[in-house]
Amino acid sequence: MKRPVGILAVAFAFLIVCSFASLFVGAVDISLTDVADAWIWGNASSLKSTERTILVELRLPRMISGLLVGGALGVAGVGFQSLFRNPLADPFIIGASSGAALGVTISIVMGLQISVVGLRSSGFAALAGSVLLIVIVLSIGSLSQRPGPTSLLLAGIAISSMVNAIVSLLMYWHDDKVVVIVAWLTGSLAGNNWSTVLTTSVLSLVGGFILWSLSRPLDAYLLGDVASKSLGLDLTQFRILLVMGASIATAAAVAAAGIIGFVGLIAPHIARWIVGPKHASLVPMSWCLGAILLILADSVARTIIAPAELPIGIVTALIGSPFFLGLLLFRPQRESGRIGVGA
Amino acid sequence: MTSLQARALKFGFDSRLIIDGIEIELVSGEVVALVGANGAGKTTLLQLLSRHLKPGSGTVSFDENNIVEWSRRTLSQRIALMPQFENRDSSLRVIDVVSLGRMPHCGWWLPMSLVDHQRVDEAIQAAGLDALRERKIDELSGGEWRRMILARSLAQDASVLLLDEPIAGLDLKYQIEVLDHVRRMTKQKNLVTVVTLHDLNMAASFADRIAVLHQGRLIADGPTVDVLRPELIELAFGIAVEVIKHPINGTPLVIMCSNPRSAFAR
Repeated sequence: MKRPVGILAVAFAFLIVCSFASLFVGAVDISLTDVADAWIWGNASSLKSTERTILVELRLPRMISGLLVGGALGVAGVGFQSLFRNPLADPFIIGASSGAALGVTISIVMGLQISVVGLRSSGFAALAGSVLLIVIVLSIGSLSQRPGPTSLLLAGIAISSMVNAIVSLLMYWHDDKVVVIVAWLTGSLAGNNWSTVLTTSVLSLVGGFILWSLSRPLDAYLLGDVASKSLGLDLTQFRILLVMGASIATAAAVAAAGIIGFVGLIAPHIARWIVGPKHASLVPMSWCLGAILLILADSVARTIIAPAELPIGIVTALIGSPFFLGLLLFRPQRESGRIGVGA
Repeated sequence: MTSLQARALKFGFDSRLIIDGIEIELVSGEVVALVGANGAGKTTLLQLLSRHLKPGSGTVSFDENNIVEWSRRTLSQRIALMPQFENRDSSLRVIDVVSLGRMPHCGWWLPMSLVDHQRVDEAIQAAGLDALRERKIDELSGGEWRRMILARSLAQDASVLLLDEPIAGLDLKYQIEVLDHVRRMTKQKNLVTVVTLHDLNMAASFADRIAVLHQGRLIADGPTVDVLRPELIELAFGIAVEVIKHPINGTPLVIMCSNPRSAFAR
């Protein structure tokens, strides 16, 4: 029998190792021994001040943002996959990405330069756009004749299409800014500093905590509406909390890094293969795997064409999809010793 | 003594009422079999009694309290519904699903207490699932899965047990064991128990009382001997039967008069 606590501990240990290693990857070589010499043995001269600045002011906040964004995408993915009981759902399914895209596009074409709650203007615009769109979709979904996940999904698809059209229109009118907009829409952790980390961590951890606290009702919800109602679940109240938790986590990711696809889709699937479907371990495992995936993808994004950077969304999709397909094809049968497969 | 009462219960659409003015009082310590043809309204009635559906008019009350006023959690502590269908596409284990039966008591966050674990173990044992505790639910056979849902409803430890076709798909041994256990629990714990059944002879052997639904109306409700009459069965099911006395236990025994073999031969 699996021991989820042990597996989770191993996964978190791996996350710590990856995060630590990612600090020493980048355009500028910083050696581990120099850092150890300076910080552990107090030999200040072994670390140049530029190296110190890169490490403390750039890579460390960026690494922490990466953790929080990846984790937020992972848990938001679990939340929306459970809500729609659909393995294809991802954090952007009800339109958070379109809202963020519209917010960012407007802020870039208008040349806004503001900083709110520690976020640069594009981050804030993305946050505002995605939250606004989620609220609109939720309101329309709940006002429909048959409120429920399907109405929510359909409302999300319809409104997203409209908003995407507006984004395309704005890009068409302002073709001089297309490169900037696209760079932002494909996601990046660059530009995160200590002031953005605070906002991201509050949103990411609150969203994650809400979803984790729903673990038991989420298990019941897997069995269907009738079963979960007969087990005492107030479906309306539960769905509101679920959408709230998943949306807050999505907003955290969008505000800090734009739109990063794939992590929120595959982290929950891999987590389910490792710890099974019980949400008490699935939610933290998805957080952890999302964080690992993003840290690894960011390390690749900022080294592969150094000193330039690739948008991280491109890396997650390029590396993530073959990896995911490999798992899909070569994953061992769940039950060992099973003879024969379905025809 | 606990009682569950339905008064002037109506549910359906303007053009067709699925439940049409049902009045019934269910009391503790009694197993009531709800029978009727497909589409007679059995499942709908159970869903109205457990507030899974809201009646168009009429009330359901538990010990004189209208169940509309209760929170979903309070309701599920007192009334357990074993649904006929639910989502089986999950690799939760049997023990996980049966443990969810304790959610009305331990809530969303609290860990399960010793009493909770004890109730789960008893329910698993009662449904004969000891050997399948760790089995994933998408690997269960139809009958095993039904026993698991029954175990979950039993673990809920409610004073009203509404079982929608608990023996459908079960082999003969488990049909008898499950109904036997339900009957024993009803007497021991003084439960209000309603079971929908298709097998009238099973209903005659295990129930104290039979309620017959026909086109959303209750056309008979009383002790098995009074209800299982040929003319009533013909009205409810559209088949000719004879009812004799069971040679061993003396309960009514329903025998089909039409011979399916002769129908095929034609």
